[in-house]
Amino acid sequence: MLILLLLIPLGLGLAALALWAFFWAVDDGQFDDLESPAWSVLSDEPKIRPARRVQ
Amino acid sequence: MSAAPRLCFHCGEPVSRTDTLHVHVDGRDAPVCCVGCKAVAELILTSGLADYYQFRTTHGPPANPARAEQYDTYDRPSTQARLTAPEARGLVVNLLVEGVRCSACSWLIGERLQQATGVVSAYVNPATAHAQVVFDPTLTSLGDILRLVSALGYRPHVLSGIDTAEVASRERRRALTRLAVAGFGTAQVMMISAALYIGAAQGMEPTIREYLRIISLIIAAPTLAYSGQSFFVGAVNGIRNKHVGMDVPVSLAIVLAFLASTWNTLRHSGPIYFDSIAMFVFLLLISRFVEMTARQRACSTTEALLKLMPATALKVDGVTTVRVPVDELAVGDRIRVPLGESFPADGTILTGSTLVDESLLTGEPLPVSRQEGDRVIAGALNCEAPVDVCVQRIGATTTLAAIVTLLEHAQTTRPRIARLADLAATRFVAAVLLAAVLVAVGWFLVDPARAFEATLAVLVATCPCALSLATPVVITAAANRFAQAGMLLTSADALEALAHADTIVFDKTGTLTEGRPAIDQVVTWGISKQRALEIAASLERHSSHPYAQAFSGLHAVPAEAIRVTRGQGIEGVIGRQTFRLGTSNFSTGKPAAHPEAHPGVFLGCDGRQLAHITFKDPIRSNARRIVGELRRLGLRAIIASGDHQDTVDQVAHQLAITHRHGRLLPEDKLALVRDLQASGAHVLAVGDGVNDAPILKAASVSVALGSGAALAQASADLVTVRHDLDTLPQAIRISREARRIIRQNLIWATAYNLCVLPVAAAGVMPPWVAAIGMSLSSLLVVINAMRLSRSPAPARSERRTARGLGTGTPAPC
Repeated sequence: MLILLLLIPLGLGLAALALWAFFWAVDDGQFDDLESPAWSVLSDEPKIRPARRVQ
Repeated sequence: MSAAPRLCFHCGEPVSRTDTLHVHVDGRDAPVCCVGCKAVAELILTSGLADYYQFRTTHGPPANPARAEQYDTYDRPSTQARLTAPEARGLVVNLLVEGVRCSACSWLIGERLQQATGVVSAYVNPATAHAQVVFDPTLTSLGDILRLVSALGYRPHVLSGIDTAEVASRERRRALTRLAVAGFGTAQVMMISAALYIGAAQGMEPTIREYLRIISLIIAAPTLAYSGQSFFVGAVNGIRNKHVGMDVPVSLAIVLAFLASTWNTLRHSGPIYFDSIAMFVFLLLISRFVEMTARQRACSTTEALLKLMPATALKVDGVTTVRVPVDELAVGDRIRVPLGESFPADGTILTGSTLVDESLLTGEPLPVSRQEGDRVIAGALNCEAPVDVCVQRIGATTTLAAIVTLLEHAQTTRPRIARLADLAATRFVAAVLLAAVLVAVGWFLVDPARAFEATLAVLVATCPCALSLATPVVITAAANRFAQAGMLLTSADALEALAHADTIVFDKTGTLTEGRPAIDQVVTWGISKQRALEIAASLERHSSHPYAQAFSGLHAVPAEAIRVTRGQGIEGVIGRQTFRLGTSNFSTGKPAAHPEAHPGVFLGCDGRQLAHITFKDPIRSNARRIVGELRRLGLRAIIASGDHQDTVDQVAHQLAITHRHGRLLPEDKLALVRDLQASGAHVLAVGDGVNDAPILKAASVSVALGSGAALAQASADLVTVRHDLDTLPQAIRISREARRIIRQNLIWATAYNLCVLPVAAAGVMPPWVAAIGMSLSSLLVVINAMRLSRSPAPARSERRTARGLGTGTPAPC
């Protein structure tokens, strides 16, 4: 069972990584608008990156 | 034509007459209601944006009557510099776009703007209707951008200064991260707790057990510190203001349980409750997040629109004009208000005449004509020509400021129901705390070793979690149902109030009527009615006057040599004869009389009057049925309008409404609502303009119909996306269903708490069982609420009507 000494911190590290990724996504504004990005796939021509909110 | 009314392909309004207007789409001709909608639809189709029609979920806004010149002022470099901010790729401008109804709208605007040269990027948030456009000032101008948006049928407003949406977005982001941390932490701690529980049953090495307990502590500490912040802050504030809310027992339970668990972890014996409290925090944060989302949606539009007041004004100084900040204006100053700008102050027109859009302030959807000597009010939009105005009232003394003050006053005095709910929660919380203290003292006298565990069990098990979820989850489910039916719920306690409503107050303008002119009577002298209307329609086709809308569906012939005399009328040559359409004097070629004596317009030829055409605002086709349906639902209908008593009487008579009041000022409407409330009525107010905003706020509950002024929408509890009365009875039904479920939930939650209290107090319930019991009771409450979003509304109402239940009086409250 000593393996737990390694695995649990490893699991926690992964969870922390995921949480960090989520924080990044939230601060990047990816959760500000959950509707319109779904519509962007409808436009035919390849588009320039959608506008990022300017802080 | 009587079979099914044909609907406009673009805006969905009925196409009234057999007319010739069509757009060619997908190989067939689709009818459109007016020239404006035809232009908008053709623009969309030729821009390769036809997908909009395929994917939109509601019809588009009818064509924007504002003309392209209205935005000319925004082309000036000085105006542009004032309203935009420089950015790496060009200039940034923030817009509030009126008329955005669904994601397809925001997609359409964004795509159309990005097609234009000079636009670097364009982004429209469908939830807030805020748009952010980055453009290259050397290739395009702010005016061009506004004209593009306007050409699609939307009304763009430039937001100056800081974007208030930014503040809301920051709040939302913080709430999201708190929720995520709580969720992650809960999942981790629970996983480890599961191991500990199984270990306790099957045997586990003490070192591993201690290791797992320390890990629990390591995860729980930062989770609670970060996610629990809002509860701790709320509890401290509550205690400081001597107003004990739910935050106090919640914080108390979290802190007590955490300290005890930490102590037990460090001394290697005794129970730990990290899993229970992490889950507890997570569940509570979910319901808070839902609440916050609804609240934010309600505020953003109001704030934005109040910022629409111009920041500067053009002061006329001798022969030159200077731009001065509005604060520096003084009573008696002469200011020039260019086309497309809002009036910065109340005043009287000194020179010039124009059309003024006061829809934000009065709810009157049509621009009104204002001439020399007429009053204009701050915040109204100048739509036709520049005018010079003598400033009479500034700042806090303007009509707009007065309306805002009324609104704020109504806001602060309203929430009787909210206060009652608060009071009940406070009492319940006080009871929980008292019970916890009694249990602690009791156990301390009997068996001090078990005192803590029993007290904690009481705090957790009887935590008013199910009780506090009972209402918000049903409101969320109901809000979903409302959204499916095209309505937005902006206030949490509206649902309860809507179900209670027994009196409905209509603001006549634009709610019961179409809100646009139609031809009423045609009196002719020596000419056929048909010929008179044909000539009038041919001339009006070249006019931007509001009355021109009334002729849009009629047959017209080509007219030449058109000349428009502002505020007077229009003349043109048809078949070698010169016809004049306008005021009585204009039609016969006499000099203008002021004020004009007769309503409507006159048609004249060679100094002889041929016809007199009057206009009316027709009643909505379904108004009669809806009023009847509301009556069957047990509501008393009242009309409270600022219009002439005659007009009100006529509308009331057609709809068989006996309670009616005409010529009311906003203050009178407010007093009327207050009187009704004083006599015990639960008032539901229906309106669409800002002069209703105070009564919308003062009423127990309010509904704003979609195409009305956005400010009214923001002050209403319920907003309909489509301007459609049909949604009213449906809203009442949904709210009554929701009230029933809320009641079931409250009964269940209270019963649970009453049953669990003695068990927890007896000390036979470990805190983890208490936490699970609490969660299960919450889950049941949530599942019960979900029934509301599953059952479709029409089927239910039909079934009830079939049984005769829907037609009876409402259930006793």
